[in-house]
Amino acid sequence: MTSVQIFLHRFYDSDLFWKFRKTPAAVIAAAVLLVMVVCAVAAPLLAPHTPFDPGTLNLMDSRLPPAWLEGGTITYPLGTDEQGRDVLSTIFYGMRISLAVGVAAVLLSVVIGVTLGLIAGWFGGWVDAVIMRMGDVQLSFPTIMIAFFIDGITKAVMPTDLRELTRFYVVILAIGLADWVQFARTVRAATMIEKNKDYTAAARLSRVSTMRIVFTHVLPNTLGPVIILATLGLGVAILTEAILSFLGLGMPPTQPSLGALIRVGNDLLLSGEWWISMFPGLALVLLVLSVNIFGDWLRDALNPRLK
Amino acid sequence: MFSLILRRLGSVLLVMLVVAGLSFLIFNYLGDPVNNILGVNATIEEREELRRTLGLDQPSHIQFWHFLQRAVAGDFGISYRNRIPVIELILSRLPATVELVFCATIVALSIGIPMGVYCALRPKGLISRILQMISLVGISIPQFLIGMLLILIFSVELRWLSAFGRGEVVQLGWWSTGLLTHSGRMALIMPVITLAVFQISMIMRLVQGEMQEVMRADFIKFARARGLTDRSVHLRHALRNSLLPVVTVVGMQIGSLIAFAIVCEAVFQWPGLGLLILQAIEFADFPVMAAYLALVGFGFAMINLTVDMTYLFIDPRMRRK
Repeated sequence: MTSVQIFLHRFYDSDLFWKFRKTPAAVIAAAVLLVMVVCAVAAPLLAPHTPFDPGTLNLMDSRLPPAWLEGGTITYPLGTDEQGRDVLSTIFYGMRISLAVGVAAVLLSVVIGVTLGLIAGWFGGWVDAVIMRMGDVQLSFPTIMIAFFIDGITKAVMPTDLRELTRFYVVILAIGLADWVQFARTVRAATMIEKNKDYTAAARLSRVSTMRIVFTHVLPNTLGPVIILATLGLGVAILTEAILSFLGLGMPPTQPSLGALIRVGNDLLLSGEWWISMFPGLALVLLVLSVNIFGDWLRDALNPRLK
Repeated sequence: MFSLILRRLGSVLLVMLVVAGLSFLIFNYLGDPVNNILGVNATIEEREELRRTLGLDQPSHIQFWHFLQRAVAGDFGISYRNRIPVIELILSRLPATVELVFCATIVALSIGIPMGVYCALRPKGLISRILQMISLVGISIPQFLIGMLLILIFSVELRWLSAFGRGEVVQLGWWSTGLLTHSGRMALIMPVITLAVFQISMIMRLVQGEMQEVMRADFIKFARARGLTDRSVHLRHALRNSLLPVVTVVGMQIGSLIAFAIVCEAVFQWPGLGLLILQAIEFADFPVMAAYLALVGFGFAMINLTVDMTYLFIDPRMRRK
């Protein structure tokens, strides 16, 4: 057997996979998530139309209802928006951006949080005090508020053209900076325990450098809860991005995430064109719901104490 | 207990200082107070003159001190866009947001706690499972989508409720309330539901979790052994002891309600602080942004302090430490 086969075999036989198979909700959530991720990643291949190529758009086809309603055509299964873009295709591309921002933001929080947590837990003293006080101050505000302020102030300060270019990164930065504290706290607590274990003393006696002990020996032992928190954090990050975009702060209509699509559709809600906002909304709920269910299950299966 | 209170006050002060510092940075360095007052067409001499009278030639820490003094007195300068003092603008918008958040909290508590208690007592029942499923959807569905669904159903299809604004308001001194008129109360319905759904789900899940934990404790068995009625055991012993963590979370939730009110106000064009800050960001109105940040920071600090004090008040163990 190759190593991949051995890995798959061991994964298939593991307790975790057994628990997974025995939890229908988790299996369904994982399946839905998988389908959505595939649709998002392969959007250019799978989407029936190319909604962001103005050459293929036809204004005659704008504001068409979904196929099963009167006036709809099968060419545009979920209808079209005011520019004649196919709603189903914009959802595929929108999920791509929502997922990319969400994953990148969580990764950023994890990197910041884990690094600061390791430093605080290992060195203690005033370094620890400063970092954790900073975290306390930040925790007295809701995440969404902090992301809102970072994004809002950046928007007010930057000239328009520069802002259009950097929006994607600004959103990631805003959400990532807003959510590092929980990771720092968990990793700090774990590091303080690992610090006094024999293996770190042994490493120190063998003259391994501090940096190396912290990052290659202590770090892996603190990552368990981080994985669970990151999965649950992904749902929050996707929602936060959607809220920011809905408020006109996050992603622009030219490069829309699901939230930005809903914002565009919101203006057309009162004239009765519900499909332009509600289908992206449904996709957003499905995405977040399946991430949350999967995350809940992962937490219960790996570490019920975190509940 | 005394040292505990002092420590809490210390952390509140720290939060306020950080917030004031950020607010000062926005006000003084992102915004331009001189342009704010004179307009862009003033001469260089006029600018220098005003710069001196405003104290902008002084070192930063002295300017910060003056900023703090003015902020405590409620002076945050003049809004770039509306050309009226920021504090007046904020006071005129504050009642709308406070009423919205207050009503949403009441609704969330009065629905969330009973639902949590029910699910804790009959965790395997059909109704509990349905409620749990709904609450999972409730925390996964973004607020603005709930608001838009409500507008679609009650304003577009059924035409029962107005999708925008506060309805008629009555002035009580500087406070404007929508609670005293029929159209004001009707206008509250959809925004309050929108804000409350997430809180209901959150509170329900929390109360259920805590109460199931407490129900396993020994003193519950003792209470049963003493022959107390189910009602007394459930409500006087179990519920009271499971509400402690709920207090913290409700405090935090009121804080996040203020944040989520921005979203809700954007959906319903509710003329509160949220719409004000969104417009301020749109027009780079820095004095308003600085004042909003300071006010919200103060609000959160006060909420956290109240939560800690409540803890002290209802949990005897905290007092003895």
